[in-house]
Amino acid sequence: MTAFIIRRLLISVVLLFFISLISFFIITLTPGSPYPWGELNPKVSEDVKRIFREKFHLDRPLHEQYGFIMRDLFTGELRSIKDERPVLQKIAERLPATLVLNLGALALSLSFGLMLGIYGARYAGRPPDVITSILAFVFIALPGFWVSYLLAIGLVSYAAVPILGTHTIGVTFGNGLEVFLDRWWHVMLPASILAIGGIAVQSRFIRASMIETLREDYIRTARAKGLDENAVFYRHALRNSIRPLITGIGMLLPALIGGAVIIENIFAYPGMGRLGYEAVLERDYPTLVALNFVTAALVLVGNLLADVLYAVVDPRVRLE
Amino acid sequence: MITTTPEPINAAAASPSRRALRRFRANKIGLFALGMVCVLGLLALTFFILDRLGIPWPMDPNATNLERKLMPPNSVNWLGTDNLGRDVFSRLLNGAYISLTVGFVAVFVSLFIGVTVGSIAGYFGKWVDNLIMRAVDAIMCFPTFFLILTAVALVGPSILNIIVVIGLVSWTGTARLVRAEFLTLRESAYVQAARALGQRGPKIIFRHILPNAAAPILVTAVLGVPEAILAEAGLSFLGFGVQPPQATWGNIIADGKTYILDAWWLILFPGLAILLAALSFYLTGDALRQAVETRSERQ
Repeated sequence: MTAFIIRRLLISVVLLFFISLISFFIITLTPGSPYPWGELNPKVSEDVKRIFREKFHLDRPLHEQYGFIMRDLFTGELRSIKDERPVLQKIAERLPATLVLNLGALALSLSFGLMLGIYGARYAGRPPDVITSILAFVFIALPGFWVSYLLAIGLVSYAAVPILGTHTIGVTFGNGLEVFLDRWWHVMLPASILAIGGIAVQSRFIRASMIETLREDYIRTARAKGLDENAVFYRHALRNSIRPLITGIGMLLPALIGGAVIIENIFAYPGMGRLGYEAVLERDYPTLVALNFVTAALVLVGNLLADVLYAVVDPRVRLE
Repeated sequence: MITTTPEPINAAAASPSRRALRRFRANKIGLFALGMVCVLGLLALTFFILDRLGIPWPMDPNATNLERKLMPPNSVNWLGTDNLGRDVFSRLLNGAYISLTVGFVAVFVSLFIGVTVGSIAGYFGKWVDNLIMRAVDAIMCFPTFFLILTAVALVGPSILNIIVVIGLVSWTGTARLVRAEFLTLRESAYVQAARALGQRGPKIIFRHILPNAAAPILVTAVLGVPEAILAEAGLSFLGFGVQPPQATWGNIIADGKTYILDAWWLILFPGLAILLAALSFYLTGDALRQAVETRSERQ
């Protein structure tokens, strides 16, 4: 077990290095002016450009730039071009809201995906399965921003569901329960819309995994010894088919965080996705490097936790 | 796997591709979805050709007419008009042409990279494989859409840039798949035989392994098209897609959201177009996957 964790940790360190390289190169290797105000802007003097270049080490060769950026990032000295505030601090402010939104969406995806997948596998090949399959593909094909607008209009008019921000103004002074419920009430709609695609993807994987397991010899044995179908299905097959719940975290998290860029924008939700969109608009390079790095690192940590958790639950994994 | 289609007695004699075709033809949902894809393609192509010939059909998508602005669907403008009096149906057709172009070309780019990288990793194995696959793992940690948005914002939004960026970001799944195929096919008897006959690496890769991995690659390609279409729609919605006045499904919704309470048709129809297009490709891809999956033959 310890050996397994240590091996996973070492791989993660290597991945983290690759992630830092990629998030650096996506910014530096893309053609286009490094200046937020544009290359040929006549209002910007050469002096300002020189100061800017020195400040962000743009006058150095690439590998040195990479070193500087990573050093600054880890010491917390990397500052936003826009407001000169440390980037890590800006991200940290947004982190709680982002975690609530994305983990909420992840939980919804996994749980509803599991249910839908089990249902599909149970009726494999018959009408209920065909209908849920088509429904799953409809869910995957739905553009989130479109659903947001359709739902927002309907829900605001008929159910008074809040569609802006994380809390009602003034509620922070209320008691703990009120604040908590208010937060959940606000995050519910964006998290559900974010989860739509995830539910569908997850249900497909669970369904395929279950159908695969149902072909195994031990299932035939279980049936042969006279167990009733429910016992075979839920006790023997389901337990051996939940692998997609783990791999799903690795597959879904990047999609969720990416999709959150649009959803957070629509719902004025102050998470990292919105920060990223603002940084893109302002060509705020340090923030973009840091955001790409931090989000990918978060996904990596999520994967690592899921892997270890699964190895604890299922001893077969440790042998791989 | 799902449907047990009665196969003729000489089924075993037919070639695998013919058997796959037979299974695909028995899948009604798949056929219907493929039909939708064809209709969409034909509409977009007709629009594109007539547009190039200078014939506005059904109308010029960029012609403004302020006397007829924000008209609900009627006999002249089938799907209504927007805030500048432009015909929504014509703009949707223009969007179809852009979405399909982005979808297909981006998938081509990502296939090219994915197949190349996957082949190299799978064929050479050892540390080459290890290095490449760790890099792939690292790329897969990035939130795809945010990565695309960052890159497109930096290089500047244009059809070509969007296609290249989407392609550059979405090849990792294909690479993994191709690598896995190579790892199994590399050990197969006919590859061993080719190697024993003294054939070289490139010839083995292109003549013997890749053709046998073609089916799963084709499936990922078809399933990749809607991903690219949705990514482009999202980009356009945020204003980083194909730039106005060029109409795309995403930016019709982005422009129309201001008038959402007065002009529902500006939001509803482009969204339905995205949904139907993406859905048709997904269902076609899934039917294709079921048809080429060899596991179903073993039953």
